[in-house]
Amino acid sequence: MPGAKTDTIKLNIGPQHPSTHGVLYIKAELDGEIVKNAEPQLGYLHRAIEKLSENRYYHQALPAVDRCDYLCPNLNELVYCMAVEKLAGIKVAERAEYIRVIMAELHRITGHMVWAGSLVNDLGAMFTPLLYSVRDREKLLDLVEKISGSRMFPNYNRFGGVKLDIPEGWLQDVLNYIDIQEKNLVDFRNLVESEIFDVRTKGVAKLTTKQAINFGLTGPLLRATGFDWDLRRDEPYSIYDRFDFNVITEKDGDLRAIYNVRIAEVTESFKIIRQAVKDIPAGPICNKVPSPLRPDKGDCYVRIESSKGELGVYLVSDGSDKPYRLKLRTPSFCNLRAVQELVKDYKLADLIAIVGSIDIVLGDVDR
Amino acid sequence: MSPLVRLLVSLAISFPLLLLNVVFIIWFERKTLADIYGGIGPKHHGPFGLFQLAFDGMKLIAKEDVIPAKADKMLFIIAPFLVFVPAFMTFAAIPVYNNIYARNFDIGIFYIFGATTLIPVGIILAGWASFNKYSLLGGLRSAAQQISYEVPLLMATLGAVMLSGSLSLVEIVKAQSKVWFIVLQPFAFIFFFIVMLAELNRAPFDMPQAESELVAGYNVEYTGMRFAFFMFGEYAMLLVMSALVTILFLGGWNSPIPALNGLVPGITWFVLKTYLIVFIIIWIRGTFPRLRVDQLMHFSWKVLLPLNLANLLITSAILTVVYL
Amino acid sequence: MAATKASKKSVSVPKITEETADITIVKEKLKSVAKELHEKENLHFEHLSFITAVDFGDYLELIYQFYSYKRKHSLTLRTRVLTKDLVIDSLTSIWKAADWQEREVYDLFGVKFKGHPNLKRILLAEDFPGHPLRKDFACKNDEEYILK
Repeated sequence: MPGAKTDTIKLNIGPQHPSTHGVLYIKAELDGEIVKNAEPQLGYLHRAIEKLSENRYYHQALPAVDRCDYLCPNLNELVYCMAVEKLAGIKVAERAEYIRVIMAELHRITGHMVWAGSLVNDLGAMFTPLLYSVRDREKLLDLVEKISGSRMFPNYNRFGGVKLDIPEGWLQDVLNYIDIQEKNLVDFRNLVESEIFDVRTKGVAKLTTKQAINFGLTGPLLRATGFDWDLRRDEPYSIYDRFDFNVITEKDGDLRAIYNVRIAEVTESFKIIRQAVKDIPAGPICNKVPSPLRPDKGDCYVRIESSKGELGVYLVSDGSDKPYRLKLRTPSFCNLRAVQELVKDYKLADLIAIVGSIDIVLGDVDR
Repeated sequence: MSPLVRLLVSLAISFPLLLLNVVFIIWFERKTLADIYGGIGPKHHGPFGLFQLAFDGMKLIAKEDVIPAKADKMLFIIAPFLVFVPAFMTFAAIPVYNNIYARNFDIGIFYIFGATTLIPVGIILAGWASFNKYSLLGGLRSAAQQISYEVPLLMATLGAVMLSGSLSLVEIVKAQSKVWFIVLQPFAFIFFFIVMLAELNRAPFDMPQAESELVAGYNVEYTGMRFAFFMFGEYAMLLVMSALVTILFLGGWNSPIPALNGLVPGITWFVLKTYLIVFIIIWIRGTFPRLRVDQLMHFSWKVLLPLNLANLLITSAILTVVYL
Repeated sequence: MAATKASKKSVSVPKITEETADITIVKEKLKSVAKELHEKENLHFEHLSFITAVDFGDYLELIYQFYSYKRKHSLTLRTRVLTKDLVIDSLTSIWKAADWQEREVYDLFGVKFKGHPNLKRILLAEDFPGHPLRKDFACKNDEEYILK
């Protein structure tokens, strides 16, 4: 209509909303259904983990770090322990390295699976896919409980090793779990990969490698743009250089590519776990650590490949028994920044899907 | 019997029956969905949790009736009825058996579609009156969706109408006593089924409610009994549409197995077929993600409409040849 | 200025050990050095891992962690800002990733980034008093805080 004045509407999505993965709040500006602008507002789950850790002994910060990415807590512990070990020059027991890898990969599997389930949920499916993956996660949590004593936050890694030795039959349980998960993965894919899923995900939020790197994206999001990069292979930490696995890449850089990368990575994790279970040596599970722990003055940055991307810890020691500064470089936080640029001129429904595809865990974003 | 008494009696019988059916469908949906995603569903009240809905109803009645401060009060109150009433009106034209119906309209199909076109009005009003952006978006989506799906819906119906040569639902079923129209008009059946899902706002076309985007769309501000009216209206439409599919394409009360003709009352077949369709709709909801708004429109205007037209052309060509 | 002086020449050819290079520059040079790090073919630091700060009393040390996917080397870039004068150039025009990282540093340390397009608090509320990761930020114990 000539002369008609149109205006955008501002829509507050969250912090209470069915599909904001916790307490994310997005200020969106809509022109009808089209998103003109979207700005995530963070901080609803900010627990000051970094500040808390500064006032605690090194080992006391461990449970706090655990609570960052609550879907794969073991990865947080792992990277924090690695940072302290590097700073204090602690060697890790051989057997513990294997246990760490198994635990990390188990958590990576569940991270990817729960992500895939909730992505489909964001695309508008009923709870079916999500509950399929949560059902499998339940079995994993049982495994974690058996070895560490608690389900959600295992608090299992220690400087120089791990807390407890493997209970009897646990390794067999792990193998059984993988077999079940492998079968269920086929089920899951049959359920999810329908034509509707294709039209909703193909070509949405396309990214080029160059953009992705400039945004600071890492992990599956970067690999989905065709960039062959995985810290486990290219900067091997722990004992990842001993395992044989592939780094999955896709060309398109859209939602579908991200999905493919993640689902394929689950299979690679199966491979790694199987190898680790086969090769695990006997021996002590934890090396002696000086007590109280007073690393030399200095700082270090350690990063690992979490299920979401580059998870890093920057640790500064002033020679006392508490960390002087602990910075967590969490992938969710860095990746979420890209939403602002990605969603422009997509539909409202895509906004939800794109936010879902980034794989944010709000504990990881807000810390 | 004077017409007034007749009306009262039929109301007294049919209305509770309909409500029971609707309630049963809600229970049935919850149970089926639970089964699909590996849950249990309602189980505490009565056998298989059958009385769950009675308790839900009690809860809804007991709830506070909230009208948002800035809402348009009049429209806000009217809207649920505009959804609820037409949905129940349509039942008047649905024949359950040869002689079991409220009214045998000569233009039964026409009447049903006439009544159902009122529903989007209620939804848009609800979306507008709530003074909520989510419900407004839901209402607008619903309007766009219903308008663009009305056309292919009527066209898909025409397939059956052309074959039977009547707009009366009873006549249409009678025309299927030998061969069901799903065999003669398979494409029309598929189109009708797809379009029906959109018309019902059911997954994968449930944009107006779009839980993951619009929270609950147009009924986000409704509580208590007002919400229940929306719910009842929605599920009543589900029942009507399933019954309509049965009548138009699945041979209504005609027995699928000729040997059982006359042994099993036709009404059983009708109910079974209707619930089969209901089940399929629920099944789809439990499985598929949602389409996007623009994809929905493309699908309607660029895919369904031309295909429907082609189907009609071919049908009429064949009919002309046959009857020449 | 407490920072170690480092001439531009020494920056363009940083000493790269097999693990990581570590250089400290004055804050005025930050932007030009960063540009060079990003664009120079033999440096090619396209990935900005994180930006953070450490409070050392009268000055804050800002730490930029870079990585080059192409050359496979990493670099820790340090610069110092005095607590009295917490202003530094923003790198958002070079790395988009710097956007939220800088906002976080602003939020938790109070460092102002010149040229940042949207310098607001990111994790804490707009009206939060002070910058909690500074060492002088008083950690009231809980009871006191709740009573207040």
